[in-house]
Amino acid sequence: MGATKTMTHDEMVQALDQVIQRYAANGRNALMQVLQEAQNIYGYLPLNVQRSIALGLGVSVAEVYGVVSFYSFFSLTPKGDYVVSICMGTACYVKGSQAILEKVESELGIKAGECSKDGKFSINACRCIGACGLAPVITINDDVYGRLSADEIPSILAKYKEA
Amino acid sequence: MNMVNLTIDDVQVSVPSNFTVLEAARKAGINIPTLCYLKGINEVGACRVCLVEVVGGRALAAACVNPVTEGMVVKTNSNRVRATRRSTLEMILSDHNRDCLACIRNKNCELQDLAERYNIRQVTFEGKMSEPNIDDKSQSIYRDASKCILCGRCVAACEKQSISVLSFLNRGFETKIGPAYDISMADAPCVYCGQCIIACPVGALHEKEEDQNVFDAINDPKKHVVAQVAPAVRAALGEEFGLPMGTRVTGKMFAALHRLGFDKIYDVNFGADLTIIEEGNELLNRINNGGKLPMITSCSPGWVRFAEFYYPDFLDNLSTCKSPHQMEGAIIKSYYAQKKGIAPEDIFVVSVMPCTSKKTEASREEMFNPTTGQRDVDAVVTTRELARMIKTAGIDFMKLPDEGPDNDLIGDYSGAGVIFGATGGVMEAALRTVADILEEKDLPDFEYKVVRGVDAGIKEAELNIAGHNIRVAVAHSTAAARKLLDAIRAGTAPEYHFIEIMGCDGGCVCGGGQPQVKAQDLMDIDVRELRAKALYEEDEIREIRKSHQNPDIIELYKNFLGEANGHMAHELLHTHYHAREIYPDSVLAEEEN
Ligand code: SF4
Ligand code: SF4
Ligand code: SF4
Ligand code: FES
Repeated sequence: MGATKTMTHDEMVQALDQVIQRYAANGRNALMQVLQEAQNIYGYLPLNVQRSIALGLGVSVAEVYGVVSFYSFFSLTPKGDYVVSICMGTACYVKGSQAILEKVESELGIKAGECSKDGKFSINACRCIGACGLAPVITINDDVYGRLSADEIPSILAKYKEA
Repeated sequence: MNMVNLTIDDVQVSVPSNFTVLEAARKAGINIPTLCYLKGINEVGACRVCLVEVVGGRALAAACVNPVTEGMVVKTNSNRVRATRRSTLEMILSDHNRDCLACIRNKNCELQDLAERYNIRQVTFEGKMSEPNIDDKSQSIYRDASKCILCGRCVAACEKQSISVLSFLNRGFETKIGPAYDISMADAPCVYCGQCIIACPVGALHEKEEDQNVFDAINDPKKHVVAQVAPAVRAALGEEFGLPMGTRVTGKMFAALHRLGFDKIYDVNFGADLTIIEEGNELLNRINNGGKLPMITSCSPGWVRFAEFYYPDFLDNLSTCKSPHQMEGAIIKSYYAQKKGIAPEDIFVVSVMPCTSKKTEASREEMFNPTTGQRDVDAVVTTRELARMIKTAGIDFMKLPDEGPDNDLIGDYSGAGVIFGATGGVMEAALRTVADILEEKDLPDFEYKVVRGVDAGIKEAELNIAGHNIRVAVAHSTAAARKLLDAIRAGTAPEYHFIEIMGCDGGCVCGGGQPQVKAQDLMDIDVRELRAKALYEEDEIREIRKSHQNPDIIELYKNFLGEANGHMAHELLHTHYHAREIYPDSVLAEEEN
């Protein structure tokens, strides 16, 4: 992820080209590897990147998209500067994480899986992050917020909006 | 081949060791149900409908993928097997939009057959049911994901075509079938061959229907409606009325068309003859004048689209000839219109085709008359749609007498035109004419059996005609085309003069608009061969078997077109192609927003 912030668009295109070239001979067998590396470069897998990978490896574009949409660790949408992750694991869910998710969505004006127009925030409804004792939990990048109620969301987000 | 002995439901069988349990059972007269299985195309063991009990094994085994072993004892109809199959079926049905009565596959559906066979009386798992989810944006293919049972047969059929437009997308309950990014088939690099439709066991994929437009035109007193039927239709239409595969129904087909109320009925075999004159002369010109070789046929719009998407560097190799029904449509709206004193805009041309790609072809802008702005062909219906129209009209197909097309102006056709519907047919028809032209005589030996047959995807021959050495190749299916073109690109193929390419395996007789054949029936027969036989039969009984000897063709050139490949011919009968981008940025941008 870190690379995203420091690379220009042209550098990303170049880096992707190099990855594809490196694995081209392995064709379909290298698909997962190439997708991972492409996601490291771009932070997610834009459609035109998937198309370049398909053409480069000699795999159909539909198959590439099939793989990307199957595995949850591949992302079809860009990540914001701040990724708000809402834990939807059982413990958090029971303690009202759905209401928290809805609050975050309405505060930011985007849905889970989306990124705000200015690129600042994205929302990620994730599986159990293993902090059940703190349920319900959200994380914003490396910061963890536990035992939350929906009312607290606006003030938490405000800190990052201003940052 | 090593033989293996086994017992299935107390029947002893001896089968080759490479048989699956499913195949062995079929040999023993026991039909194990299947759903995802499609011989040679999809053998993946995904749906679990074919489960059987293997004595000594703990879990039930999928018969379609499990090989036989010596001494194996199999039970295909135990209580345990039946109960498991039934609950598998109920599970599939619980998430299925079960509106059989309003479904295009009603009474012709492998899922419905199984529901009947297993006496499903109620579907107990009322899960979340798929909503109708329709993609009807393309001119050729209609998809309704709510009927999809995720068997993967279409994905495998498209992969066998070496195109792979369709894939499994997402996962879990969200799993579905679709092109990349779940875009419409209209925006995907699909060639509309319809092999996915042929593979689909249910009503999730079918042609974009145009039969109502045709009925509307027939009912419009201002419209002069002309039907033209492709060669391959007569080889398969009978299947829709229960006749055995390979039954030639030319006479009944024309009788049915007359009864449907068309004003005129012609045979696209005439258009095929016309294609041979134009294409044969184009070939000779290219050979004599250093034109682009090999020349490749352009009759198959599935192949043409494939070239436009995937092999644009070969577009100059394609013959500039329109496909036969487009040529004939253009002639109907010019020559025929003039002779009959009917304005072209009052004529409505309907092509009956074995093909789904022709629907899109007919709407290409290159297929409009440049002077009048009229389409050459106004509607394209498939063999299946024609069968449905005949049933709707209440015509008792089996009781029809044998009739022919109208026999004025463009009504005659040669045996060479008929075989266009089978792989190798265009090549053979062209050779019959080209050889006569070069040898300047009516050659008595004109059957070119080397280019017939379905076993090889690519057929090659080297012929000596009037001192010319002519190398030809024939490829059927886009996968075979890919193989051949890759070899030409790599420089490993011989220097061909002329190549026939058809988008579908077996040629038009197995086009995407032909009757669907149930997976279980496909285990015993080769559809390509049986249907082709019907066409070669018709060729043999035609008096005239060479395109250039068709008297109506001779008249057409004398009274109207002038020279083959001349100015008027170019205007009406030839076309051009353009490269198409795969998932262009414009499509991606739309998806990303
Ligand atoms: S696909 Fe088959 S089972 Fe489903 S609605 Fe159509 S006919 Fe009925
Ligand atoms: S029509 Fe042909 S190319 Fe298109 S999805 Fe179906 S099988 Fe593939
Ligand atoms: S569309 Fe038809 S062939 Fe394709 S997966 Fe669905 S049911 Fe099977
Ligand atoms: S698993 Fe054998 S037919 Fe589907």
